[in-house]
Amino acid sequence: MTATPDEGLRTGPAAGSGQPVFLSRFRPRGAVWLAAPAVLVLLVVLAYPLGIVVWRSFTDPAPGIENYVWFFQSAVNRTVLQRTFIVAGWVTLVSLVCAYPYAYAMTIVGKNMRLALILCVLVPFWLSGVVRTLAWVILLQDSGVINSILRGLGLSPVKLIRTLPGVIIGMTQVLLPFMILPIYSVMKGIDTRLLQAARSLGAKPWKAFLQIYMPLSLPGVYAGAIIVFILSLGFYITPALLGGPRSILLSSLVQNQVLSLLNWGRGGAMGVVLLIATFVLLALAAPLMRQKHTSSRREA
Amino acid sequence: MTAPQRSAGAAIEIRKASKHYGAFTALKDIDLHIRPGEFMTLLGPSGSGKTTTLNLIAGFTDISSGALEIGGKSVTGLPSHKRNIGVVFQHYALFPHMTVGKNVAYPLSLRGIKGDDREKRVRRALDMVKMADFAHRYPNELSGGQQQRVALARALVFDPPLLLMDEPLGALDKKLREWLQLEIKRIHRELGTTFVYVTHDQEEALVLSDRIAVFNGGRIEQIGTGRELYDNPATLFVGRFIGESTVLRGVAEASGDNTIVTISGQKILAHGRLAGDARPVILLRPERVALKRPGVDAITGENRLTGTVAEAIYLGSGSKYEVRLADGTTAVARSPLGAVDFAIGDTVDIAFLPSDLILLPDDASADVTLT
Ligand SMILES: Nc1ncnc2c1ncn2[C@@H]1O[C@H](COP(=O)(O)OP(=O)(O)OP(=O)(O)O)[C@@H](O)[C@H]1O
Ligand SMILES: [Mg+2]
Repeated sequence: MTATPDEGLRTGPAAGSGQPVFLSRFRPRGAVWLAAPAVLVLLVVLAYPLGIVVWRSFTDPAPGIENYVWFFQSAVNRTVLQRTFIVAGWVTLVSLVCAYPYAYAMTIVGKNMRLALILCVLVPFWLSGVVRTLAWVILLQDSGVINSILRGLGLSPVKLIRTLPGVIIGMTQVLLPFMILPIYSVMKGIDTRLLQAARSLGAKPWKAFLQIYMPLSLPGVYAGAIIVFILSLGFYITPALLGGPRSILLSSLVQNQVLSLLNWGRGGAMGVVLLIATFVLLALAAPLMRQKHTSSRREA
Repeated sequence: MTAPQRSAGAAIEIRKASKHYGAFTALKDIDLHIRPGEFMTLLGPSGSGKTTTLNLIAGFTDISSGALEIGGKSVTGLPSHKRNIGVVFQHYALFPHMTVGKNVAYPLSLRGIKGDDREKRVRRALDMVKMADFAHRYPNELSGGQQQRVALARALVFDPPLLLMDEPLGALDKKLREWLQLEIKRIHRELGTTFVYVTHDQEEALVLSDRIAVFNGGRIEQIGTGRELYDNPATLFVGRFIGESTVLRGVAEASGDNTIVTISGQKILAHGRLAGDARPVILLRPERVALKRPGVDAITGENRLTGTVAEAIYLGSGSKYEVRLADGTTAVARSPLGAVDFAIGDTVDIAFLPSDLILLPDDASADVTLT
């Protein structure tokens, strides 16, 4: 093949008009100090107490790894740890299934409708978690709204309150915004003209969606899934209020150890186990987030 | 070099087509016949309806009224993925999550073409646009010109009988644009596919096209070869849009088969008369206008107007002058190498023969739309 003229042209000043501009080169010296207030707050409210927790898990009541040995030797603890991860997985899955079409709808509806949809996502943020969870108690309880409707329809009532499905439903509702918002923010950046291009190349509408739109929306899905999963692992109020003895999650066990039994060492060990599990998970997910193509942003 | 199979181009027949967006009419009664294998350019200012026309052909929007046939068959109601038309967009529209090779293979996969056959055709299409070495790159690792070449390969790899391009070179710098124009012309020659090309750059239209359709405000003003449009514009709008020109307005009166236009007391003779009672204006092409010292070198029958040189530009191959006439209009004249030189401020006559001017009905909208 002969050399193409435009290879030569690319040395010209205006050549390569499609090249990205690296704004990140603008780096005034000392800019790192802009982060100082945030770092200070994080040190005081996060790193310091965390350090104490870790310290006590190895020293309270006696120095050693005794608290960790206790944690993994107890069948109850292992069951609860496993259950916590399973519940987090379900919550992530259910919120993804609800959030994906919702976020997509947000990108295609008109301005006013979009505003309404965003409000629906944000309103729960403005209510306290306790209030929301109590609302779910009313909805889910044996004589609650859902079961009244089922009975009205002639169906047999289901047990929701103090069961795992009940906990999963409640947690999903609380965590849904954390799934919707990242997915929406990625989706609204997807150039829908790519779908038009796919159609012109012969793709049926659903194929264009599946092969072009979905892959481009995945970064948002990954981000949302990780946030929801990690938040689920440490969720306390909702599982405590909606759950029963057979649906206890790790956070309740921690609370029990620390506040009821005043056993800071064991509670701390549980927290550390959860923290490490979270880090492992993040490390596993990292390659997913680092994709080669970086954007589908509009060019023209 | 091997190109994708030579396929017979498809004819396009658009009859009395209109497109409304609510109360707004984007296209009014368009008639456009494109021959098989022709390179047709839709030329016009922004908002004149070029993209709308292309979208109708591609099936991205529905026609409001009228008929549209591709290859002799009505395509009304046929969705875009069934039309088998290649489309190249100004914004490239490459799939960012696929490599160049995957992008070009995509329309083949959709058609169930697999394995070696697919590889071979992808390779051939990339060879055609000289991008074969980039098959493993992602679109964001390419320059704009390279992306557009890949987009062209992707739109042609499935041998469509028709290729639509909407300002494909609009985002590129001038040098690259000129080189790609020649590449597109070569590919069109090699393939025999019908090309419909949208641009608002009249020079680009002249370089590329067999014929040009000039759009203005949702209507087609004229369809013809570049030469026809330049030499015989049907409207003042077309005359001003294609090429450089000077428009002279004055008091017109009929005189037998001729028209006499009086401008600042000087009489201009034009052959022919306009039908109807439209006000005649005179359109002059710069290379048909000679600059002469006042009262010197007269040729019989020649028209003359006196003015002052306002701008003198040396172009290498000759000179270009702007002459301010008595009524305030600026006339443009181009003189060949070796002609007499004039300086800014010189009093000169612009001289032109009655057969060299174009008499057209006045149209105020031509001035407005062009600025
Ligand atoms: N979806 C739409 N809804 C309403 N009006 C539209 C829509 N699409 C196009 N128009 C209008 O139709 C007219 C023609 O648009 P079109 O895109 O065909 O112009 P164009 O000739 O391609 O211009 P340009 O050179 O700027 O691309 C414009 O006035 C535009 O505002
Ligand atoms: Mg357009």
